Amino acid sequence: MTSGFPEIWDTRSFGRALDAAFSSLVAQWGETLETVFMPVLRAITGLERGLQFLPWWVVVALFCAATWGAGRRVVPVLVVALLLVLLGLLGVWNEAMATIALMLAATVLSVLIGVPLGLAMARSDRMRGGMLPILDIMQTMPIFVYLIPFVMLFGPGKIPALLATIVFAIPPVIRLTDLGIRQVDPEILEAARSFGASPRQQLWTVQVPLAMPTIMAGINQTTMMALSMVVIASMIGAGGLGYQVLQGIQRLEVSRGLIAGLGIVLLAIIFDRIAQSYGRRVQAGLHREGK
Amino acid sequence: MRPIKIRVENVSKVFGRDPATALAKIRAGLDKTRLKEETDHVLGLHDISLDIRAGETFVIMGLSGSGKSTLIRHFNRLIEPTAGRILFDGDDILAHDAARLQALRRRKVAMVFQRFALLPHKTVAENVAYGLTLDGVPKAEALRRAADQIALVGLGGFETSYPAQLSGGMQQRVGLARALATDAEVLLMDEAFSALDPLIRHDMQVQLKELQGRLGKTIVFITHDLDEALMLGDHIAILKDGMLRQVGTGAEILARPADDYVARFVRDVNRGRILLCGAFADAGVMADVEAPVIGAEATLETAFAAFAGGAQVVAVRNGDGRMAGSLTAQRVMQALARV
Repeated sequence: MTSGFPEIWDTRSFGRALDAAFSSLVAQWGETLETVFMPVLRAITGLERGLQFLPWWVVVALFCAATWGAGRRVVPVLVVALLLVLLGLLGVWNEAMATIALMLAATVLSVLIGVPLGLAMARSDRMRGGMLPILDIMQTMPIFVYLIPFVMLFGPGKIPALLATIVFAIPPVIRLTDLGIRQVDPEILEAARSFGASPRQQLWTVQVPLAMPTIMAGINQTTMMALSMVVIASMIGAGGLGYQVLQGIQRLEVSRGLIAGLGIVLLAIIFDRIAQSYGRRVQAGLHREGK
Repeated sequence: MRPIKIRVENVSKVFGRDPATALAKIRAGLDKTRLKEETDHVLGLHDISLDIRAGETFVIMGLSGSGKSTLIRHFNRLIEPTAGRILFDGDDILAHDAARLQALRRRKVAMVFQRFALLPHKTVAENVAYGLTLDGVPKAEALRRAADQIALVGLGGFETSYPAQLSGGMQQRVGLARALATDAEVLLMDEAFSALDPLIRHDMQVQLKELQGRLGKTIVFITHDLDEALMLGDHIAILKDGMLRQVGTGAEILARPADDYVARFVRDVNRGRILLCGAFADAGVMADVEAPVIGAEATLETAFAAFAGGAQVVAVRNGDGRMAGSLTAQRVMQALARV
């Protein structure tokens, strides 16, 4: 087949060389990496089993407590409880718990990695200049592309699913941490400096608290993206609700796909409610007027 | 005379990529506008020397762009000079390392900002205690000491309020209490009252004077408002385009403006409220015994009442009780009319 653009260099042998290089990397490091990530795998399966083992009303109570802690408001708590019960009624409780476990793990790790990266980016323009194109690539690259190398390294399972999810979901929390810190009123920061705040004190008494609403918006977005990616990652053995959708496709069962899909929507609403009510409380804490 | 608290020696500040080279060009005679056009550097301050004495209120005044906010930020090194020295109690603070600079900012110099710059997520009490907590004072003690300062500025009862719940004037009282709480010897006030309504502003000026009388702090006060400068300042420095035009007491500057700029600046001031009788008394003519007596330190305005009462001549008496001379209505009018 001829193409419109002349073949100036041999892309096929380049591709082969890249594949070979990656294969040798897998051969060399695959097992080491697997051992390194063993504790993470144990944590995820532990969380999943725990959520499935607990009576459903205990899980509902836990979620209600988390929602109350996040927002101190009654309505979101009731909404979350109702949605969880609906999830059970759909008959996808265990699958939903598996999805929640993987999604929570991916979100927590994304925040643990993403917030410090965002802080570093806010501090150095050079770091920011280097990070922005990388984040752009991470967000525009089709998500299936991430699955290939991770599956090669770890084989199908929860760990490659987790890592691909983190790569996909981490950009918002990094970006919005950077943005939030950069948007802090320079005059307030100057005041902190004038009273002798060390760089660390400036960070924890001024920058992070004032950037919190923006950082929370980033965490919320990351949570939602993690949820959507966890579903796709079921193709490489993540299990959970996504696997039900996949089975629905393979067996051409409309009902199976629809029910699992509804379950995913319910999960999305639940986590969005929790994150939003926390975000609203933080925001209110910054602009209190006549309580 | 009181000891010198802050001495500024030949301080210059150029903003831009290569300030040292740009400053050399200025010294070679390039002016500010051409420096901006040719090298994209901005001359902030040029060769400023000042002495600020302990316990006085020193006002630095100028219009926007004059460099006054840049200058005040040199006193706690929020901005570093391109050249020159800044001595605090005789110590060159430019030689301080990070730890000593931090100690200086935590204990010796405190700052009040034009737009208050309070921490919106902390209560009034936590804001006032902020400097103390940065210095490692235990929270309970810091809040106790903060409560004293809050009472001092008249905000008792608002300890648990948040800044956004307070009016502008109240917020600036919090800013003032925060600066007082660290017990710093020097207060830097950067247009501290400029964002307030005229009435509140006057209240704050009166309160600051009264606090100053009680606490004896050294205050460096920045303003663009000449009336405020004259009311608060023991000494006033007038800054234009980063250069010092005149330093002196308010009366000195009104009576003998150093150049046209200063003269135009002070033209619209109510001179009767600033000029002192002692400076205009005619020592050659003694008033008769029945003439009303006023002190040499009284403003010309206080003499108006005596003339309104029908007196032709007023006797002016020095602080030590001796007569300084006499003042006629004509002399007062000449002083007011700048003849």
